[in-house]
Amino acid sequence: MLLNLCIVAIKMIYKDFGNYGANIMKLMFFLSDTYTSLKADCRKGEGFLEKDALLTVRGLHVGFRINDRFYDAVDGVSFTLKHNEILAIVGESGCGKSSLATSIIGLHHDRNVRVTGEILFGERNLLELDDEEMNKIRGAEIAMIFQDPLSALNPLMRIGDQIEEALAYHTDYTREEREEQVMRLLKQVGIPKPEQTARQFPHQLSGGMRQRVMIAMAISCKPKIIIADEPTTALDVTIQAQILDLLKELQEETGAGIILITHDLGVVAEMADRVMVMYAGEIIEEAPVQKLFMHPKHPYTRLLFHSMPQLHSKDERLHVIEGTVPSLANLPRTGCRFSHRIPWIPKEAHEKHPSFHEISKDHYVQCICWKHFYFRKGASNNAARR
Amino acid sequence: MSFMQVIDLKVHYPIRGGFFNTIVDWVYAVDGIDMEFEQGKTYGLVGESGCGKSTTGKAIIGLEKITSGKILFEGEDVTRERRSRTSRFHREVQMIFQDSHSSLNPRKRIADILAEPIRNFLHLTPREESRKIGELLEIVGLPQDAKEKYPHEFSGGQKQRINIARALATHPKMIIADEPVSALDLSVQAQVLNFMKDVQREFGLTYLFISHDLGVVKHMCDTIFIMYKGRFVERGTKEDIYGNSKHLYTKRLLSSIPATTPVGREKRKRARKEFEKVYEKMIHKAFDQNGRVYDLIPVSDTHYVSAPSARELLEIGKESEMGGSR
Repeated sequence: MLLNLCIVAIKMIYKDFGNYGANIMKLMFFLSDTYTSLKADCRKGEGFLEKDALLTVRGLHVGFRINDRFYDAVDGVSFTLKHNEILAIVGESGCGKSSLATSIIGLHHDRNVRVTGEILFGERNLLELDDEEMNKIRGAEIAMIFQDPLSALNPLMRIGDQIEEALAYHTDYTREEREEQVMRLLKQVGIPKPEQTARQFPHQLSGGMRQRVMIAMAISCKPKIIIADEPTTALDVTIQAQILDLLKELQEETGAGIILITHDLGVVAEMADRVMVMYAGEIIEEAPVQKLFMHPKHPYTRLLFHSMPQLHSKDERLHVIEGTVPSLANLPRTGCRFSHRIPWIPKEAHEKHPSFHEISKDHYVQCICWKHFYFRKGASNNAARR
Repeated sequence: MSFMQVIDLKVHYPIRGGFFNTIVDWVYAVDGIDMEFEQGKTYGLVGESGCGKSTTGKAIIGLEKITSGKILFEGEDVTRERRSRTSRFHREVQMIFQDSHSSLNPRKRIADILAEPIRNFLHLTPREESRKIGELLEIVGLPQDAKEKYPHEFSGGQKQRINIARALATHPKMIIADEPVSALDLSVQAQVLNFMKDVQREFGLTYLFISHDLGVVKHMCDTIFIMYKGRFVERGTKEDIYGNSKHLYTKRLLSSIPATTPVGREKRKRARKEFEKVYEKMIHKAFDQNGRVYDLIPVSDTHYVSAPSARELLEIGKESEMGGSR
């Protein structure tokens, strides 16, 4: 009788952990031993893949279900991520940058979200894989760092166990080896007392330390791609600088490609090699970081730079971008999506069917309205008052 | 002339535990700070998370019990009065919170949200009240039909403007803004900041602007307090802090702001690393033997730095110079 009770209790506890496990698994890591078969061997008849491309996204649409209709939050996005590169995706909230990231790692629910297009990782299309195959890639080869480390960590598990869980799932390490590995990881991300920290729970750590633990989890299986979704937004400046430096060092060590999602242009300036600017589900400008900061072309990018409080400027007023981003359901799907935020630029200046133009080497801009764009004088003065 | 003073404010939290849940230790969240506020100025309160800056704001307005210290408002001691709901102090000092969404009651219409301070303090007839709400909406640039809407129908920037409207309803002298824009996007942030400046000019408001974003603080504030472990380490005008910072902690804070250009980022990173080393080595000098940050010592009329004595202040300054703050 007593034995039975015990078994029931253990089962219940186990089930609880199982649930958490399922959640955590989504963010975590699975090692694939099949990687060897994955050598960069271009797909036949599928056009050409850049030799050093790590990830190629083509024509990606991510649609969310609202009242039985699907509305695309990401609307035809194509890009490549190269080896050893930090690619920043910038945009305001609701522009689809996080949806883009979560669709790469496959966190969307099949029923409520429709993902179409191609995400080529090596020679495999991630969108065609079933759950089991995806689980092997997720975490092991593509890992993700989330914005809020507290909600991404399991509150009931000790730090050491959480990191170990990933290793246990995909590697053949013995228990001792795994523990050793956990210590090494914690040391690598700059946690001062790894042995002590490994035994603590997430709530006992500060925000910066938690984010370090998240990074340790993300790099535990030496992924090829790390997706960092606003990794420092919840942290303050000194910690932010430390975490960014850490990420960059780890990237230089492991040669991973990082997709850095942020809305902080300062972070982009410090970190990125290449930048994509997103607006309303589309990429509107793409350029190497130097070029983008020196010569931003698209009106949105230029306005965004303009509205930043500059440390060295004396301007009394900040520039304001008029209007708001239209909601998903009301988004105009034809023409230049930014046109209604710059009403002083005549309609004829926009393309009817905007396309991506290469205006100089590696610098791409959507639509041709940038050629006609100018800042309107005094526009900022009453924008808030309208 | 300052209209409000905070004198030696302390907020300590007990840590309970052990036998019969007795008090084992204290957390010194705010540990003896002095501030004074002049009409129409903006004061910045900067520090890392957990340094006590939000606690300071809450303690001043009375959301937090204070352990010791005094708050003088127009010469009167309001330390006890400020926690009562109908005091004049509450009418004159208002607060805006960081999370614009959770600070609006989701079950109330905007009209009722804005009417709350009016009903508490102004005692208007319903018609006057409705006109007043209309005026407030106009000030913050929202359409009149917003009255009948619920908070979730607005965007983040609009919600923050509703918060500002609510704070303005009783014609306060001072608004304490606790990270009012850190949850907002860049373009919306610019909108709200511009708007806050407009209202300030119009009503002669004083702001206490609590933030960890040094760019925003520089844009907004006249006087800046740098807070560290519950105490001020430096206080001065915008020029003092950004052009001529003296304390090691301030310098570190400034050196970790990401620059807005990718040019020379490798060099900056190296400088930051080097500075970090100097900081680690030197920071213990910022505390006295009880582990408290030293009191402020004047450097100039407006500029105060925490240091054991004027001579040692210069020493700290010299050695940390090599760290190369920007």
